[in-house]
Amino acid sequence: MGKKLLTENINVPGIETFEVYRKNGGYASVEKALKTMTPDEVTEEVKKSGLRGRGGAGFPAGMKWSFLDRKSEKPRYLVCNADESEPGTFKDRYLMEKMPHLLVEGMITGSYALGAKTSYIYIRGEYMYIVRILEKAIDEAYAAGFLGQNILGTGYSLDLYVHPGAGAYICGEETALLESLEGKRGNPRLKPPFPAVAGLYAAPTVVNNVETIAAVVPIVNLGGDEYAKTGIGKSTGTKLISASGHINKPGIYEIELGLPVEEFIYSDEYCGGIWKGRKMKAVVAGGSSVPILPADLILKTAKGEQRLMTYESLADGGFVSGTMLGSGGFIVYDETACIVRNLWTFARFYHHESCGQCSPCREGTGWMEKVLHRIEHGHGHSGDIDLLVDVAKKIEGNTICPLGDAAAWPVASAIRHFREEFEYHVKYPEKVKNPKHFEVEPFVSEKKLEAVGA
Amino acid sequence: MAKVTIDGVEVEVADGTTILNAARQIGGDLVPPAMCYYTSLKDSGGKCRVCLVKVTQGSAKDPRPMPKLVASCRTPVMDGMVVQNITSPEVLEARKGVVEFLLLNHPLDCPICDQAGECDLQNLAYEHGAAKTRYEEDRRTFEKIDIGDKIKLHMTRCILCYRCTYVADQLTDGRVHGIMNRGDKSEISTYIEKAVDNDFSGNMIDVCPVGALTDKTFRFKSRVWFTNPQDAHRDCPKCSGKVVLWMKGDDVLRVSARKDQYGEVKEYICNECRYDHKNVADWTVEGPRHIDRHSVIAQNHYERTDLLAMKKEIERQIEFEKGKTLPEPNPSLTA
Amino acid sequence: MPEKTEKMEEIKFSEQSLALVNRIIKRYPEGRQKSALLPVLHVAQAEFNGWLSPPVMDYVASLLSIKPVEVYEVASFYSMYNLEPVGTCLIEVCQTGPCWLRGSDDIVAHLENKLNIKVGETTADGMFTLKTVECLGSCGTAPMLQCGAKYHENLTTDKVDALVEDLRSANVRSTYMK
Repeated sequence: MGKKLLTENINVPGIETFEVYRKNGGYASVEKALKTMTPDEVTEEVKKSGLRGRGGAGFPAGMKWSFLDRKSEKPRYLVCNADESEPGTFKDRYLMEKMPHLLVEGMITGSYALGAKTSYIYIRGEYMYIVRILEKAIDEAYAAGFLGQNILGTGYSLDLYVHPGAGAYICGEETALLESLEGKRGNPRLKPPFPAVAGLYAAPTVVNNVETIAAVVPIVNLGGDEYAKTGIGKSTGTKLISASGHINKPGIYEIELGLPVEEFIYSDEYCGGIWKGRKMKAVVAGGSSVPILPADLILKTAKGEQRLMTYESLADGGFVSGTMLGSGGFIVYDETACIVRNLWTFARFYHHESCGQCSPCREGTGWMEKVLHRIEHGHGHSGDIDLLVDVAKKIEGNTICPLGDAAAWPVASAIRHFREEFEYHVKYPEKVKNPKHFEVEPFVSEKKLEAVGA
Repeated sequence: MAKVTIDGVEVEVADGTTILNAARQIGGDLVPPAMCYYTSLKDSGGKCRVCLVKVTQGSAKDPRPMPKLVASCRTPVMDGMVVQNITSPEVLEARKGVVEFLLLNHPLDCPICDQAGECDLQNLAYEHGAAKTRYEEDRRTFEKIDIGDKIKLHMTRCILCYRCTYVADQLTDGRVHGIMNRGDKSEISTYIEKAVDNDFSGNMIDVCPVGALTDKTFRFKSRVWFTNPQDAHRDCPKCSGKVVLWMKGDDVLRVSARKDQYGEVKEYICNECRYDHKNVADWTVEGPRHIDRHSVIAQNHYERTDLLAMKKEIERQIEFEKGKTLPEPNPSLTA
Repeated sequence: MPEKTEKMEEIKFSEQSLALVNRIIKRYPEGRQKSALLPVLHVAQAEFNGWLSPPVMDYVASLLSIKPVEVYEVASFYSMYNLEPVGTCLIEVCQTGPCWLRGSDDIVAHLENKLNIKVGETTADGMFTLKTVECLGSCGTAPMLQCGAKYHENLTTDKVDALVEDLRSANVRSTYMK
């Protein structure tokens, strides 16, 4: 069994209650931080831990904290990003539902480090039932003196609130999230200024993902150096991986960063291999926006090295032959899956979720979806594939926020690695009109057909 | 003060100036186009992405290039910054892409559009667009609606620059229209039928870069290039009273605010000046409006062309084409 | 566009909801009451028959001292707010990649057959509205649907049948707030 730093006690009965959570060592980080450490010392431990943002971008959390404008006269805010909406990602939901106090504890310790007196958890509206769970945990923490005025008699005071969104993936982008928290449309802001200088209500703000904030708890308890001993190189600690798709055991797994991808997919401790005894075709390793990789490239890098579950190893080969750890949304495709149809659902998703503020994303996401719809439904033509590549290229890097990139990367990578499937769709429109075309008749590339003399 | 180099031309500008405004201080072809930014409207800009430029050196202190193209209208210059606009193939390629995106769902109904001839999108498409569209799908359409008795909204033509919402927020005392829905379903609307009725609401027409918001009192009266624009003013208790009268013979077909060379109104006008004084006798006429000679409106030849200045301008452009440094622009042509 | 069906003076939160709204407003700093807009719209939608009519939105605007257009802009941006009436039970089936891989298309087709409506439609008796939605963060328990606050996961056509019957016999308006 790999080391677990967040979810070790997640199956303890009653762990969602303050009493049981506390008995199992909960809120120790709050006591340690508030009673024995200065806020800057807490930040220093987070820096030492090497913790990287768990929401997808992987930016060093300690560095983000150190950017916070501490000279400003305005109040400071810690805002938790619980807007988890990246297709393939459901880890924050699991953590908040099963162990709400872990997030509350991380919020208190983190807010103390940043000098925030009021903090918010912005949670996607669809997770409304978890709002109730979190609010109950917060009420219990207030009752036990871990929230409110003069926490544990230390003089530090904090109010913590849960704020539900209402259905918008874009609010996972931190500045759109802040706009939404201010009661506006979720339009990302132009940067600079960054939230660390002008965030919520134009005051200095740090926005961190649920898992990032939860990780502050073991970091403070163990010390940053000790935390950093778990993992490999710059990928320190553990990561929650959301495993879905054509595997025997979908679910959430806390892994030590550095676990071989092959072990993660095939070991019974994790995904348990591909379902129905089928072969693996492809993997999206970090949520829908990261490049899809064919089976051979997800198991081994282009250099032939074993691929590991780390930020660096998954990115090895860049966008030519690598991908990203992203949010840890690990989607596995068996040999019957149609890469084009999968991509169309992703394109439809980004089209649906574009805020519409900037023109490349507003117009480009819809365009890509329509072309993909056409190809998948047997109405594509030969120019469409290159058109998609070009449209994706014209969106990438040219938008206000990363949603444009997130929409472009899956398109570019699917065509890069699975171009023959796209060509097949264009060449055999009648065959793909059955939505389950590759379940009915497995896809075999032209090259392979030639090789067997067909 | 900060020194910045744009396409090889150095200029010194006040701290906090954006790249776009620094380029405007230089003038000429190196000025990025702008479809959503509007100097006098706070928070405008950054949305349309036509003004993207490449920053090859961030500043003297931190010379690293910026990783992505940046919106020049919202990126402040730093001392020692080096910027490429028309000298960067990457920028021109991206701009071509943005123009294609802006035109994707645009109806291209220029022959029946009142904005034709003074449309920023038309000009942009002419300069940066492709001759053919690659879009095979149905274009997005909306019903045209009246917002108030004086303004027609053709949402199909809108490029969602948001300028009109900033006008309503910043110039009038109660915004009743806004951006509804999201993504490519976004539209300008009052949501429920409601009239935009405010002393300064007519300025929404002037800031609109396309034919989405047009003056109903001018609707189908004349192609703009058949009109004769005259600068005029009157004493107005509400606004500056400085306007342009768009004349045909002795008839005032339209009254608008005055725009600078970048299409921006510097002094907004009230609805009374715009709609209620269509009689030339109400105005002190100052003389013909200067219109850029590139504009179709200039075909009316009401203004004597300075031939010498024009010759110099042509020479200047030839020098530039040869790839030599850009000489100072001729102020008489860019004023 | 929805018609005005109710008059402004008829719209008022229950005392309980109004107390909740006031508690929500207090979560934000003085003068930042607009921040309460999203949570308050959820309360309003739950209280006023599952959708946000223009008079309801105007009422929310008045409670938060903001312009009605600010509410329309926001309500039309977020996918969870219904700007038109919906059936008693709003069934939202996730259809994004990971759910599709595990058979969400079959679930949607089954619901369409069973309810005899297409996606986006409401049954003639006003009982069910069927919607497809994008990723609800339940990929590991796909296929899934949401009805009100509840997630129904690892769906099979049998489970869907049982759920529809349960919902029909309970005849309770679905709301995210419960």
